[in-house]
Amino acid sequence: MTELSKSGAAVGEPTSTSPAPTSFLEVRDLKVHFPTDDGLVKSVDGLSFTLEKGKTLGIVGESGSGKSVTSLGIMGLHTAGQYGKRKARISGEIWLDGTELLSADPDEVRKLRGREMSMIFQDPLSALHPYYTIGQQIVEAYRIHHDVDKKTAKKRAVEMLDRVGIPQPDKRVDNYPHEFSGGMRQRAMIAMSLVNNPELLIADEPTTALDVTVQAQILDLIRDLQKEFGSAVIIITHDLGVVAELADDILVMYGGRCVERGPADKVFYEPRHPYTWGLLGSMPRLDREQQERLIPVKGSPPSLINIPSGCAFNPRCPYADVPKDNVTRTVRPELAEVGSRHWAACHMTQEQRERIWTEEIAPKL
Amino acid sequence: MTTQRTSGRRKQALAAAAAVAGLLTLAACGGGNDNGGSSSGAAGFDAANNKVAQADQVKKGGTLKFVSTQDADFWDTTRGYYGFMWDFARYYSRQLLTYKTAPGAEGAKLTPDLATGMPEVADGGKTYTFHLRDGITWEDGKPITSQDVKYGIERVWAQDVLSGGPIYIQQMLDPNNTYKGPYKDTSKDKLGLKAITTPDAKTIVFHLPKPNSDFEEVLAMVSASPVRQDKDTKAKYTLHPFSSGPYKFQSYSPGKGLVLVRNTNWKASSDPVRKAYPDKITLDISSNQNDSDQRLINGDYDIDASQTGLGPQARQIALKQHKGNLDNPVSGFIRYAVFPQTVKPFDNIHCRKAVIYAADHVSIQTARGGPIAGGDIGTNMLPPSVAGGEGQKYDPYQIAGANKNGNVNLAKQELKACGKPNGFSTTIAVRNNKAQEVATATSLQASLKKAGINADIYQYDGSQSSGIIGAPANVAKKKLGIIIMGWGPDFPTVQGYGLPLWDSHYILQSGNNNYAMIKDKTIDGLFDQYTATQDEAQKTSIATQINHKVSEGAYYLPFTFERLLNFRSSRVGNVYTSNAYSGYYDFVNLGLKSTK
Amino acid sequence: MGHRKTSGGPRSCGGPLAVLAYLIRRLFAAAVMLVVIILVVFCIFFLVPKWAGVDIASSFVGKQADPASVAAVREKLGLSDPIFVQVWHFFKGIFVGRTYAAGGDVTHCAAPCFGYSFRTEQDVWPVLTDRFPVTLGLALGAAVLWLVFGVAAGVLSALKRGSLWDRGAMVIALSGVSLPIYFTGLLSLAIFSYGLGWIDGKYVPLTDSFSGWLGGMILPWVTLAFLYAAMYARITRATMLEILGEDYIRTARAKGLKEQVVIGKHAMRSTMTPILTMLGMDLGALIGGAILTETTFSLPGLGQAVLNAIKTQDLPIILGVTLITSLAVLIANLVVDVLYAVIDPRVRLT
Repeated sequence: MTELSKSGAAVGEPTSTSPAPTSFLEVRDLKVHFPTDDGLVKSVDGLSFTLEKGKTLGIVGESGSGKSVTSLGIMGLHTAGQYGKRKARISGEIWLDGTELLSADPDEVRKLRGREMSMIFQDPLSALHPYYTIGQQIVEAYRIHHDVDKKTAKKRAVEMLDRVGIPQPDKRVDNYPHEFSGGMRQRAMIAMSLVNNPELLIADEPTTALDVTVQAQILDLIRDLQKEFGSAVIIITHDLGVVAELADDILVMYGGRCVERGPADKVFYEPRHPYTWGLLGSMPRLDREQQERLIPVKGSPPSLINIPSGCAFNPRCPYADVPKDNVTRTVRPELAEVGSRHWAACHMTQEQRERIWTEEIAPKL
Repeated sequence: MTTQRTSGRRKQALAAAAAVAGLLTLAACGGGNDNGGSSSGAAGFDAANNKVAQADQVKKGGTLKFVSTQDADFWDTTRGYYGFMWDFARYYSRQLLTYKTAPGAEGAKLTPDLATGMPEVADGGKTYTFHLRDGITWEDGKPITSQDVKYGIERVWAQDVLSGGPIYIQQMLDPNNTYKGPYKDTSKDKLGLKAITTPDAKTIVFHLPKPNSDFEEVLAMVSASPVRQDKDTKAKYTLHPFSSGPYKFQSYSPGKGLVLVRNTNWKASSDPVRKAYPDKITLDISSNQNDSDQRLINGDYDIDASQTGLGPQARQIALKQHKGNLDNPVSGFIRYAVFPQTVKPFDNIHCRKAVIYAADHVSIQTARGGPIAGGDIGTNMLPPSVAGGEGQKYDPYQIAGANKNGNVNLAKQELKACGKPNGFSTTIAVRNNKAQEVATATSLQASLKKAGINADIYQYDGSQSSGIIGAPANVAKKKLGIIIMGWGPDFPTVQGYGLPLWDSHYILQSGNNNYAMIKDKTIDGLFDQYTATQDEAQKTSIATQINHKVSEGAYYLPFTFERLLNFRSSRVGNVYTSNAYSGYYDFVNLGLKSTK
Repeated sequence: MGHRKTSGGPRSCGGPLAVLAYLIRRLFAAAVMLVVIILVVFCIFFLVPKWAGVDIASSFVGKQADPASVAAVREKLGLSDPIFVQVWHFFKGIFVGRTYAAGGDVTHCAAPCFGYSFRTEQDVWPVLTDRFPVTLGLALGAAVLWLVFGVAAGVLSALKRGSLWDRGAMVIALSGVSLPIYFTGLLSLAIFSYGLGWIDGKYVPLTDSFSGWLGGMILPWVTLAFLYAAMYARITRATMLEILGEDYIRTARAKGLKEQVVIGKHAMRSTMTPILTMLGMDLGALIGGAILTETTFSLPGLGQAVLNAIKTQDLPIILGVTLITSLAVLIANLVVDVLYAVIDPRVRLT
């Protein structure tokens, strides 16, 4: 364990067996389990990844794959505000800029929230407090971490609203969330998230609740802001299309685990996991005819209480019988390197996957 | 003439409140013991029942504190009809005659008040002449004149403005109601009532068209008090009556409370009756009987002004811990069932007797609250406190004797004689706002069933009595064969009690009280004889005869000669019950033992 | 994008003028409502007895009324007029006063005349104004107590959901809701007033003595507050639990707000909405007279006045208190609606 200074930088030598990482964000073997009456829900079950400043990671998966739980885990929001309910069990390590968050004092983590790391939520209407003006909410976010008077904070809020492209920001700052359109609200939400210049921005399905034209604008905005602020960004989505142009790296989650991870190009053009293939097949593309139906991944996501033995994807995988000896149903595949900085967890051989991808999948996309 | 003079409501117990009783008892154990027991100075149980308690310990001064769960109907002497108001009104009003300030039966005797002596009666009882005392004054110091007395009495005629109050005096002086009251009086001095003349300021003469031997009792009612014309605020007089007595109104807020202070212009030398011990008299109206009972027991108050007895919870506590502060006098009230002869088969005396024999009188007494809270088993229809009443000594149906638990055999014999050997069906009418009456109805119903008499119980809105059971047509239509009621005397004579109940002339189409529809020439004749008789002994004897006639007719099933259970604080002295006020304490001469 | 709303500078619930217009409209509606209530109450009090064959006039006259004096009283009260004439006299009386005349006696009831009680020979209006402060003091004092304790208990229960505290508090709340006021009232009197003697418990007007007033009011307040605090605790708990699951609470935490601020500011603000609605309704009803509480503690408020009036069939007082009650409920409704708009900017005052 490390002792923390206020800035979050490690002081002295780490006493833990695992040394402090060199990456800006490193998640090691993160497990988030929720005890329920029906059993233990393993929402995240051993997830690891790294992220550098100025880079964007896309975490992709269906709902229930553990994406959002991961992001809330990083933010420390599983432990904050858990009243009376059976608490989430979290293990592993989350290193942010040299600070291990899971073992840190919760109040220290709270001080990091909103300043070092901030978050954009899926539905800006429900994520903004309906009873406070946009300005009040941004001012509050700013003043938690900056000892300034309200006037200064409000100036900052107007500035941020202007920055995220809200017209007449000096007037709109006094509007309530319900007086904004959906896209405007998300812009305001982004303004609030960035008001403290966070080094890590987590965007959880930032465009899902918005219509298509607005989606692109918001994604452009996030990209521009990232360039401007140089933050690390995690974009969480069920839609590969969202991260196609934005992400440097892509992490595909299934059943609480990572099934494929690698640079965006690799994952898009040389995917090595059947689930990724399925996601690519279901991705809407601009060059595709409107009438053509998207091909969703058949079947439904696994129960997180009774995760299928072997490969969690095996019940839905059309190639489950390709490996011999029924191994897909008995042995859990580990992430294996399939290329430079490119990992996938599949029992099929590299060759089998290469062949299927190039011969069966890619031509149809 | 009313049953509503006192409210039986106080005896009503909320069912849920009863659940609290135990807890209250516990709590009272903690607090009550401190001021009970040795240092109490209480006079002892029944120490003031028909005798004077602690008269010698009384000092002048202090504040006497009354509490009541209800306000008077009116404090205007002309309009008040509640029994406790008549008792209380002697503080601020005087009459030509009043009742002696003496315990028990002696208290029902008359004594001169404003008058110098008892009246000179002439003309065979048709003329009464009074002379007024010297030194009698109003609260502003002006003398009380015979004109003031006449004017006060004239106000009784103004029923359209001054509603409420008894009108006996109008019936006796002007039975045809020819006078229209002082407010419509065209004569200059507004003293146009011919039946009263005032030859001078100190003399007043009453001219009765027909003698009435109870006229003096009627003059002793507070409705015959003087009222001064220039102080008569008519309908609003009830808010601040102008005092002729030792105390005057300081403040009065209807439904909240009343404060009387000394009338400094009242001269003790002019008043042989009133002692006027306390300096101040307060009356608080409380809406919660439990609360006011507790405060009485705790010593915050001295006397319950409405004199209707402690509630069921406080009764238990007081009997256990403060018995020395209690009196258990017989009130003037009789509780009974009455059989309208217009409803078959009660036209037949044998069917009426069958009900009397079949009833379980002990269980009815229990339903009324038992011997202490309810009273003694009633055996006839004249209250023991009324002259001529014999109490349980006269028991023609052995109600308190052999048949006290009901006699089914005798009942069946009577049924056979009535032509209903297998019994019959009827209806018991009972007021729904009197818990004890409903309980007696249920008890009666159960015992009648054993003799084959099936009775339904009909509960009605007690405030609508006069239109429901007081309308003979309605009673006949609804076939109300048994009506449960209670009655007390307006003044302690057979006329003041029984005339409206038993005289055929008092059968009315609405507001009737002769529920039994008694049309007995003998009884009517006895009443005529009574009113024409001046001799007290003879009057008493006639009263007894009337009672016997009524009892023999089996029109009534008496339940109880009611008893009160009243609390007096350990602070008060010179305390006694009076037959003039139905067993209530005589308020006017109460005093405090300590003026602190 | 977003052009639909960009012009919406000012709050859409309107500026001061819009609010004023709204208030005027609502007050007008309340006045109309009040007139309707008066009509209905009139019908109930003056027509229904007629149908039931009960003569109101005779109930004013007393026991030994002869037909002539009943007729005179009927004339004086105007009971022989058609019902709409009676209503008209009543309305007129409110503004210009009213004169009752019969049998050589003239009684003037000064404006605002809400009728005249022939039981107690008083104008109704002074009775109402005399008793109203007592009831108001009772209701407001109790409201402060039950808000503080009820809401605090509800919030704590929500935060410690499922804990011993939560279960205990909810059991107490349930008993508070179920126990009738005359039980808890008598119990508190038995313990604190008669038993321990800590509190006298006798009502003293505020104008006489502040400490005496407090002493007389504390038990009624606590008793009444106990009943309501229980309800408020339950509502607060349920609402708070619902609010804590809202996305904007998560947002508040994601900002790095301290948990006290998240609960005390963000969650409480939302929780207050249903509580304020309830408070408005409850206060409105209580101001009309807390009959049981006032009876139990002998407080000379409107509730006791109306109870006495019912016992003595004092119709004008009943009518007056009914009107005050209706007015209180109407005003409470209005205040709640305005407050609602103040708390929740999404609500428009239209």
